[in-house]
Amino acid sequence: MHTHAAGNDTPEKTMLSEKYPDEVKAIFAKYPVDQRRSAVMPLLYLAQREEGYITKAAMKDIAGMLGVDVTEVAAIVGFYTLYHDQKAGKYRMQVCNDLPCALRGADEFLNSLCEYLGIQIGETTPDGLVTLEAVMCLAACDKAPMFQIQSPEEITYHENMTVDKTMELIEALKASGKEPA
Amino acid sequence: MAYILLRHRDIPDLDKLDVYLKHGGFETLKKAVTQMQPDQVTDVVKSSGLRGRGGAGFPTGVKWSFLPKNIWPHYVVANADESEPGTFKDREILEFNPYQFLEGLAIASFAVRANLSYVYLRGEFWYLADKLEACLAELEKAGYLGDRLFGTDYSLRLRVHLGAGAYICGEESALLESLEGKRGQPRIRPPFPAVVGLYAKPTVINNVETLANLPLIIGEGPGEFRRFGTEKSPGVKVFSLSGNVQKPGNYELPLGSTFRELIFTHGGGPSEGRKVRGIMPAGASSSIILVNDETFDKVMDTPMDYESVQGIGSLLGSASVIIIDDSHSMEWVINKTVRFFKHESCGKCTPCRDGTYWMGHLVQHLGREVANGSNLTLLKDVAVQMQGKCLCALGEFSTMAVTSALERFPEDFDVKAKA
Repeated sequence: MHTHAAGNDTPEKTMLSEKYPDEVKAIFAKYPVDQRRSAVMPLLYLAQREEGYITKAAMKDIAGMLGVDVTEVAAIVGFYTLYHDQKAGKYRMQVCNDLPCALRGADEFLNSLCEYLGIQIGETTPDGLVTLEAVMCLAACDKAPMFQIQSPEEITYHENMTVDKTMELIEALKASGKEPA
Repeated sequence: MAYILLRHRDIPDLDKLDVYLKHGGFETLKKAVTQMQPDQVTDVVKSSGLRGRGGAGFPTGVKWSFLPKNIWPHYVVANADESEPGTFKDREILEFNPYQFLEGLAIASFAVRANLSYVYLRGEFWYLADKLEACLAELEKAGYLGDRLFGTDYSLRLRVHLGAGAYICGEESALLESLEGKRGQPRIRPPFPAVVGLYAKPTVINNVETLANLPLIIGEGPGEFRRFGTEKSPGVKVFSLSGNVQKPGNYELPLGSTFRELIFTHGGGPSEGRKVRGIMPAGASSSIILVNDETFDKVMDTPMDYESVQGIGSLLGSASVIIIDDSHSMEWVINKTVRFFKHESCGKCTPCRDGTYWMGHLVQHLGREVANGSNLTLLKDVAVQMQGKCLCALGEFSTMAVTSALERFPEDFDVKAKA
């Protein structure tokens, strides 16, 4: 498991605008100058890059940039499924088991994954690598079983999956610490 | 038949700008901007009869003409929040034929004189956001976007906005809320987005597939577009076929093609020894069409256009056709659909927020006797009570599979037989 950077004694750049000045500038440039609030979603993704979830401090930081109350920002984090306010595994493996995928065996696939990984839906492997989640339709119904992997940096699709292929992928993630392209 | 929307299946590397340009790309935008008046573009789209491909089927040109000419600026937002269970057509267009979609978005923007337009992309399409951003950079470099296009006084910029996982943001007023940096909850209408839309300005919201039709309509004329489809539902449509068929996938067919053609000729039918038992033509939001020995031919020969599908008790919607075979019970099916809508209800309207919760509870305990009969009658009651009482269609959509399953597949809910 990777170590937490917070609480270092060296002074650290903690504000998004200090850490990612170019990205923050590019985000605000997408919207009319008097509509800064529109930037909240891309800023939250940027904040999530750090730890895979959005800290209270980051929410305060973003609220300050936008001139809104921190509660407003927290409400947005809570509303959308791809934002997280809790730490989880490094990779969130999000298996679709909605109707079209389930008609093609997604529930059985998900159950097998639980068995192989020795965890239940919503739990994280003991090494902190993978959190297994069941999610709603990902627009890949013809390629079930499938899942997406949400990491702090990106989201990738994995389609026409089998348990074997999935375990290989997990091994590769474990070995490299990085998802294979 | 050559592809119109899925042209990348005929032309390799169509997602590269030089290839797209070699095949006539952006000549239509140039024609529109340099040779036509914005209203003329709208009139051509009106006469083409193009109807919105996102599900509602509203005439696109008519939608554009609602924008008032005395309030500025105008905005166009492309709805790329494809999230209906069973729908995966926009994703293919965005991934493999992105420039045709972007040219369509630029044409729509010119028609309503918008100088800044957005693509609202569902958050899960993360990899497509990078791709579209790269496309936009190429287009700016090549002079197809930016200031004073083709030497005229018309300027246009396109921006990609990534959502973060919320089905409701496909609903146009919730999408605008989300784009404004708020929770994606539908607005009270009127006023409609055509008058009070993004940043309270007149706004057109069009589906990806709708926009991808525009280069053909403006470039070749409405007659060319109307070569396929029916009088009231002209053009081709991408049908997303999923569930219990041998060859699921996207199929571009003329509107008005039959279910038989899609499911059997293209989809290969259900697997060996299985029979089609139910069809959900508009994804999880559909009423389930009953297929048995008696109804089989009538259903299979029904043309897939907006009116005909309504005629057999369902809706065409975005044409996300889910096939359910005889190995599944409809009780299980509505457990799945209700779970989806319960999760995706935005929580704003009480009938939907509480109704989806209670339907979720009841479908899991259907056999249980309650004071006033069984949970089955209570479920039907809750579903019917929800209909027509919410600000957007989600609440109503969540009841479609439930009420149709109870009515058309009663044997799947024979509580006494189970007890």
